[in-house]
Amino acid sequence: MAVTVKTFSSATEAAGALSSDRSARYLGGGTLVMRALNEGDVSISTVVRAQDQTLIRIDASGPRITLGAGVTFARVLAERDLAFLHAPARSIGGPAVRNMGTVGGNLFAPNPYGDFAVALLALDATVAMQGGFGSRDIPIEEFLQARDRQAGTLVLSVSCTRPASTEAFRYRKIARIKPKGGSVITLAAHLPISGGRIAGARIALGSMAPTQIRARAAERALEGRSLDTATIAAAASAATEGTSPSDNALGSAWYRREIVGVHLRRLLSGQE
Amino acid sequence: MSKIPLQFRHNGRDVAIFVDGGTNLLVALRELIGDMTPKFGCGQGGCGTCSVLIDGELHLSCLTLAETVAGRSIETLDGMKQGPNLHPLQRAFADNFAAQCGYCTPGMLMAAKALLDRNPSPTRDEVIEAISGNICRCTGYEPIINAILAAAGGRASA
Repeated sequence: MAVTVKTFSSATEAAGALSSDRSARYLGGGTLVMRALNEGDVSISTVVRAQDQTLIRIDASGPRITLGAGVTFARVLAERDLAFLHAPARSIGGPAVRNMGTVGGNLFAPNPYGDFAVALLALDATVAMQGGFGSRDIPIEEFLQARDRQAGTLVLSVSCTRPASTEAFRYRKIARIKPKGGSVITLAAHLPISGGRIAGARIALGSMAPTQIRARAAERALEGRSLDTATIAAAASAATEGTSPSDNALGSAWYRREIVGVHLRRLLSGQE
Repeated sequence: MSKIPLQFRHNGRDVAIFVDGGTNLLVALRELIGDMTPKFGCGQGGCGTCSVLIDGELHLSCLTLAETVAGRSIETLDGMKQGPNLHPLQRAFADNFAAQCGYCTPGMLMAAKALLDRNPSPTRDEVIEAISGNICRCTGYEPIINAILAAAGGRASA
């Protein structure tokens, strides 16, 4: 079925078109919306696009980085100042998908996708959104929890603070097919150290719930402690708390619960 | 619903077509231009057999909205051969038995071309990474990897 394509020069106009039409979807890199159209998704009757340079801007020079929603993973990988995000960007798709898929789109990618959003969740990112009546910034966790209701708003950019060191941010995607494959589980950890102790631990998990979630019990086990064997063991054993994984072709819910602690332990202890 | 006029460069030749809203580039190439080299596999971005180069960059034509390529340059396998001669990659695929059923071959060749255009002497790991978005169910990949390395080696010594 043919759809109406509306192309705007500004993100604000595109956001207006998106908010006024329930059957409109924003087209970024195409890996989600074109796929839905190819599958015959009749709920989409309008495709909205914006050719706004602000959507493809990367600001990675300072301590706080901002990625326009339309920035592709290939561009993240080409940016030396974004080295801390290279592991999650590289874990997505093959080269063609990385040339197309965008940072903003990944926030909407359902399981077993959305790996970049797992990294951004561990980094406490902020999502800048534009609705029909103005823009606002919301924490990524809040965004992800209400993701199903975000269809009428346009994501403009995502920003986060650069981790203090390469050790402070860690990422691990478990896939059956290498180098490319959907996520069995995805883990990201941000472990800022202050005076030898972890202050502000963030553990984010993908494929362990309907959306990307934080492993709060594991975070509590790490908070205020040094990253020693006992602390790592406590965090690993708390990893499943609050999770609700499901079965899919890549793994069962049972399997995901079994392995998440093992991989969290390996991630925190720096094992390959 | 009215058709949308669309012009772009297809293997070095300017083309003009009319597309329906929402038409993907794969359908535009196959049904409106008659270039049958990009194949329809999954329609989901999982198999890579519809791969084409857009302004030299590897893209999945089934997930590309046709009208977004207005004014851009599209390369498909159809444009790869050099006159009556096969492209060195095509020759290497034949010499190394890298095509069995052949359905993945157009996408594999475009992914390989995207790699070699950017990196003329890739390592084996770089070749594996470059075709990681392309699924082959026949060959077990080894002959394909060998063919791409052979083409790169031939090119380097030529």
